[in-house]
Amino acid sequence: MTSRSQRRLGRSIALHLFLTPLALVWLFPLWMMVVFSTMPDNGIFSPGIELLPHDNFLDNVANLQRDTNFIGAIGISVSVAVTYTVLSVLLTSMAGWALARYEFHGKGAVVAIIFGTITLPYAVVLIPQFIMVARDFALANTWIALIVPPLFNSLGVLFMRQAFSMMPAELFDAARVEGVKEWRIFLFVALPLARPMLAALAIILFLASWNNYLWPLLINSQPGAMTAPVALGTLIGLTKVSWGGIMAGAVMLTVPMLVVFVLLQRHFIAGIAAGAVK
Amino acid sequence: MRTQNATAYRFLTPYLLIFAIFWIWPIISSFIISFQATRTVPWRFAPTFNWGRLIGDPAFYNALKNTLLILVIQVPVMIALAIVMAVLLNSPLLKARGLYRFAFFAPVVVGEVAYSAVFRLMFSLDFGIVNKLLESVGLAKIDWFSNVTPAMALIMIAVTWRWAGYNAIIILAGLQSIPEDVYEAATLDRVSKLRQFFYITLPLLKPVIVFCAVLSIIGTMQLFTEPFLITERGGPGGGTETLGLLLYRQGFRSLNFGYASAVAYTMAGLAIAITLVQLWLMREPK
Repeated sequence: MTSRSQRRLGRSIALHLFLTPLALVWLFPLWMMVVFSTMPDNGIFSPGIELLPHDNFLDNVANLQRDTNFIGAIGISVSVAVTYTVLSVLLTSMAGWALARYEFHGKGAVVAIIFGTITLPYAVVLIPQFIMVARDFALANTWIALIVPPLFNSLGVLFMRQAFSMMPAELFDAARVEGVKEWRIFLFVALPLARPMLAALAIILFLASWNNYLWPLLINSQPGAMTAPVALGTLIGLTKVSWGGIMAGAVMLTVPMLVVFVLLQRHFIAGIAAGAVK
Repeated sequence: MRTQNATAYRFLTPYLLIFAIFWIWPIISSFIISFQATRTVPWRFAPTFNWGRLIGDPAFYNALKNTLLILVIQVPVMIALAIVMAVLLNSPLLKARGLYRFAFFAPVVVGEVAYSAVFRLMFSLDFGIVNKLLESVGLAKIDWFSNVTPAMALIMIAVTWRWAGYNAIIILAGLQSIPEDVYEAATLDRVSKLRQFFYITLPLLKPVIVFCAVLSIIGTMQLFTEPFLITERGGPGGGTETLGLLLYRQGFRSLNFGYASAVAYTMAGLAIAITLVQLWLMREPK
């Protein structure tokens, strides 16, 4: 027995000796993001090795605000992400509900089209989407342009279809016998039962919108209409910008999401494990 | 079961409208545009205009070569790393599991712009922390941005950092669905842990690994932000130019929509072909 528990101890030590340096390497970029965001520019660009935070964060935020209207861009990003999440959760759960619980003509075709096109790269639709939104609808640099086109995401539909089809039919049939209308069954019976899945979906959709870069970069390129990642991206590569400021912006984009991640880890992981987005 | 057409379509229509306008129609439209000369007004049908140009364009071959190079090196390394992370995070011997999970999964929530900025700063030639650390242990510093090989390595390091944990989450979910008693039986038969990994875990994980590989290939095929922001528009001198970046420059800098659509469909074709090959290679032996 001794040799077995010794072997266990040895394996445990080896495991931690391997995993701890890897974890530290993985945390290092995030840690350095925080450190850089608290350093003055002449500290960032000095020959010494600095691994601990300083106290220059608020000055860096002010520098960033001088380079671009970042606070305004954050406001746009928050409003867009919230609106997108609400709309997308509603649309995809309605569609998922219909596909899970009703028999109707064309159902097979709808499912086949969604599944058949799901692995196509987003790049394929980028140009027609841009032509349509910017030229045909003349909606460039508006909130609509940021919110509506990304609503096409079909993984949420499949995710919610899965969630609703696992619920026992008796739940809904009982309500039907009492003459409850279908939309009320959906709103007041099905949706509350799907709360954990809705939470997972909402978190993943919010994150996708918050971090979305390519589409907002293309469609909302005017300074007053940019989202926060786009506004920050315009500074990278310019000379005469404050890198402490850029890092403060990166921290403002990242840290709230890390907090959400820690608080709602279970939902987050459920959403990703189910492939809810991407 | 009785059909409920009216009710079903009331629930489906809002989504289907958006899906048709912003997904199905663009897929078709993009294909048509790739056969049009789009720099004349009005656009005219010219079947070989863009595709002919694509076949003879050195910039296309450069972007294709870079994209495939990143694909064949970065994706396998990242998936292998993700498997290691998932298996070790799943070990019952692990203490402070939450801390390790946080370390590996945190990059999943970090936006492309934020992490591109950090990597750019960390790897800068004279003031980057990475070169400072290399020098402090007696190694020569590396010019990550002026030479093609280190620049490509940097892109691969960045993408791997951002996405390994994401794949580890999916693989971990797959691991946790493997029933415990399979391992108990193997342990009773004195099968070593390493052999259990290769003969039980990996084969059972195969579908999950294929899923991760397909997702990663589609993602890497479209790689854009990292070479756009970290190596400054695909630098040095196009050394990290990807198909995603070529599409961006042709479509949205030169406003050459026809040619950019041909590039987009090339990416789609490659993604589909590689996915099919992968599914075929990993098929169940009969």
